[in-house]
Parts: sequence; C-alpha cells; structure tokens
Amino acid sequence: MNSNWSRFNIASVILGFAFLYLPIAILVIYSFNESRLVTVWAGFSTKWYGELFRNQGLMDAAWVTARVGLVSATFATILGTTAALALTRYTRFHGRILFSGMVYAPLVMPEVITGLSLLLLFVSIDFGRGFWTVTLAHITFSMCFVAVVVQSRLVSFDRSLEEAAQDLGASPVTTFFQITLPVILPAVISGWMLAFTLSLDDLVIASFTSGPGATTLPMKIYSQVRLGVTPEINAVCTLLIAAVTIGVIITSVLNKSREVRRRRDEQAAYAGR
Amino acid sequence: MRRFASAVVSRLVIIVPYLWLFVFFLVPFGIVVKISLSAPAMSMPPYTPAFDLANGIGGLIDAVRQLSFDNYVWLTEDALYINAYVSSLTIAFISTLFTLLIGFPLAYGMARAPDSVRPTLLMLVILPFWTSFLIRVYAWIGILKPEGLLNQMLIWLGVIDTPLIILNTNTAVYIGIVYSYLPFMVLPIYSALEKMDYTLIEAAQDLGCPPITAFWKITFPLAIPGIIAGCLLVFIPAVGEFVIPDLLGGSKTLMIGKTLWSEFFNNRDWPVSSAVAVLLLLILVVPIMFFQQAQAKAQESGR
Repeated sequence: MNSNWSRFNIASVILGFAFLYLPIAILVIYSFNESRLVTVWAGFSTKWYGELFRNQGLMDAAWVTARVGLVSATFATILGTTAALALTRYTRFHGRILFSGMVYAPLVMPEVITGLSLLLLFVSIDFGRGFWTVTLAHITFSMCFVAVVVQSRLVSFDRSLEEAAQDLGASPVTTFFQITLPVILPAVISGWMLAFTLSLDDLVIASFTSGPGATTLPMKIYSQVRLGVTPEINAVCTLLIAAVTIGVIITSVLNKSREVRRRRDEQAAYAGR
Repeated sequence: MRRFASAVVSRLVIIVPYLWLFVFFLVPFGIVVKISLSAPAMSMPPYTPAFDLANGIGGLIDAVRQLSFDNYVWLTEDALYINAYVSSLTIAFISTLFTLLIGFPLAYGMARAPDSVRPTLLMLVILPFWTSFLIRVYAWIGILKPEGLLNQMLIWLGVIDTPLIILNTNTAVYIGIVYSYLPFMVLPIYSALEKMDYTLIEAAQDLGCPPITAFWKITFPLAIPGIIAGCLLVFIPAVGEFVIPDLLGGSKTLMIGKTLWSEFFNNRDWPVSSAVAVLLLLILVVPIMFFQQAQAKAQESGR
C-alpha cells in the first residue's frame, strides 16, 4: 500500500525534514565563515578549526568527554544488556515491577532531578567529585536506554535456538556467548553507540556531578555559548556532528551487511536440509 | 551442578542491574527527600542533616519529630515557585501540542512512503536524535536573534521592516522544545502507523467512505498508542527542561528546571532545590507511571 503516497504526505515529509535539518546545515556552513561576525558571510575559511586545536581548555575538555563516553558507554552496555535479559527472560521475580519502573523512569526523568539526586548521593557518601562521578552518573542513565534498545531485539528472538544449544549440553553462559549475543549484537552495538552519544551530549547531569578537573566538552561549550555565538563554537559543533554522523552511518552499514549475511546463511541452512 | 550454575547465572543477571539502579537511581531520590527536609546552613555541604541513621531507631523517631517542612512552606508562600511550576506545565503542554501537529503529518508521510525510501527516512529522523541537544539548541540562537538569519531573510523579502524580537521570549522556547523533541514524537507514531494494514482504508473507500472520514475512523485510532507514547516522551522531560529556557528564553521565562538550577548553582540553597525537585517529581509521577505502563505493554505485545 504505497501506491498513494499523496502530495500532502510528500510535502509534510519534505517540510518536516527541512525543519529538522536547516538549523544544523546553517550552523555547519557558518563554521566555515571567514568573518568573526557569525551572521555576515565573508568568504570560505577553515581558520576557526585551526584555532580550535590551539585552544588548550577545549582540547582538555574534549579528552575528558571522550574518556567518560568510552568508559560509561561500555559499562552501560553491559549493565543495560543484562537488565534487558532480566526483563525479557525472567517474567517473575520479586520486585519485577519496581525493577521495570527503574529501567523505564530514567528515560523520561528530567535531567535536573537525576543530576541533583546523584550529586547528593556522592556528597553524602563523601565520594570525591570528578571523572568517576560523571562516569557513574552517565552509566546509570544511559544503561536504561541500552536496556530498551536491546530488549526490543530480545522480544523477537527465537528462543528455540537457545533451548537447542542447552539440550546439546551448552551451559547458560556458553549459550549466551555462542547463540544469543551474536544474534542480538547489532542491537548491543547500537545500544553502545546510543550510550556513547548520550554521554557526549549531556550537559545537565555532568554539571551537577562533575568536579574540578573534569570539565566536559558540553560544559565548556555551554559556558561559551552563554557569552554569544562564535565561529569557534560552530566549528566544535560541526566536528561533533561529523563524528556522530560518521559513527551512525558506519554502524548502520555494518548492521545491514551482517543482516544480509545472516539471511544468506539461514537460506543456505534451509536449502541444505 | 549445571542446574546450580544456571541458577547462579540467572540470579546474577537480575541482581546486578537491579542493585545498580537501586543504588544509583532510587537511593539518591531518598537522599533528595531527606535533604529537602533539612535546614540550610552556611557550610559544605550547605545543609544540616535532617536525621542520621547512626542514632538507631530511637534517634530516627526523635528526628522525625524535628523534620523541617520549612522548605515546602517556603515554596508555597513564594509566588515565584508556584508560577514557575504552572508556567512549566503550560509551556510543556503547548509545546507538546505543536510537536504533535508537526510530528504527526511527518510520521504519517513516512509511514506511507514507498518501501524503498522508508529506511532512509527513518534514519534521517533518528540522526538528529544522535546529534547533541546543546548544539541543536545553540543553532537556533544564530537564527532567531534580532540580527539573525530569520530576521535578515524576512526583511530582505520585505515581510517586515524592523527585526522581530523572538530570541529570549517564550516563543523561542516553544520553537526550541518542538525542534529538539520532534524525533521523540515522530518515532512512536511512525512505528504505530507502519504496522497498520492499509487494506482497511481501501475497504472503507470501496464502501464509499470519503478519505478524510476514513482517516479519522481508521488511521487515527490506530495511531493513538503511538500518539500517547510520543506526547509523554515530549511532555515529561519538557516540564523539567533546563537548557532550552536558559539559552533561548528570556529573564521572564519561568521554568522549574531553570529555577532548580539557579537555586542550586547561584543561591547554593541545596534544601530548597531538593524541595523543588521533590515537588516536580510529584507532579510528574502520574505521567511517568502512564509512560512506564505504556512501555511495559508495548514490550509485552511485541513478544
């Protein structure tokens, strides 16, 4: 039923995407502006990018952000995947309702509340604020996003594959790594990507939980944005957008080729029967 | 032996994430509630603890008697806070409505697109979701400010003579929220409409139903679960939004996230900001429960 993709449908899709992409496109274009005045076009230049790499504060913040992102995304993926397994595989255990509540609530929880409450936790147990507090905070909220992504893959998973492996004598752990993980891997990878970008992106929770020496890039950008729009910030933002876009495209291409291969293998298996 | 190992593994799969969320998500809320009942103090941390579990149960009962609800009384007495709550809810509600008005036609258009372009369209909706929130809000400053691109264009087109003041008003906040949260609205509606059986519409039209009636009688009701999920995904975080009202709104834009932030970072009043957080959470408990139920139901039906 695709024959009547009406004019109204096409127009709303085009307008919707124009709304979503124009602001970003303008920002990217103006990062190549020669002039310091961001609203006046004065010719093409990449000088603001050069300026960036000489800005030590910005470089330090970028390094902190990258480290927080890598560590928190990795732990969030492990915890989120186990949470997804717990939710889909074990439908009955004590406190399951509370557990699923704790998995879904952070998805919509206003960031100011999450940030404030985690900070108060760290202060009350006297945990020095810095790199690790930001990382712990990021693990906590991004593991819930990972859990939802992985869970949606797990519910459509054919469990008879696991049962077959266990009937043949594989332990639950072996079954997970040999059977389950390879099948849900695309979802786990997109979960990791999502956790990484959420961490890369976060301003509010990081501002609450961070301490001296652990200024993240969004915190740095925020403090400069408050002073006004500058071509340097446009340049930082463009680099971040480019990094994320490339990452998303690579994972989706990898997922697609994996999917194609899997389908071919399945067909071969059926044909050989 | 294997059964034992399997039992241990299944316990661990549940216990590890459970404990993590308990310690880093639930316990912190308890601490927020506790501090919201404490008196402010000029020290670090800037509050005197309301009670200490070290004194045992007897001490606890004693402490409960001394709990100070001053912070909450303070919140109800000062019109600033009440206005901030009301205006947050209003701004979030209006923005959610606009997001729905823009998001629904987009999602509908995507769902009816030919199979070959649909994955690309889906990816294009998800992509902005991956790019930084802060960056996307920042991008609008350059567009909306008085000498910004929107005004330049409108003046060049001859629509207006003097620049419109949009930045630092509530209008800019609406634009910011609609723009930032649009993918959250589009994705659930799209996934509801994508699964729809369009032969239903053909059947209705064959039976003489005009297209618009068919839309309201068939397509729209089928999209309702997606619409509810999308609205909750937009409304709940928008109520507590900080970045958008701070960067795009003006000094007159009152939103509770901003109030909490300034109580905390500028006034360094931790007990009051905790009380603000507790009340915000109480206001959002009902929509959050709705959201959680909708999520659980969606996962259940996917099985």
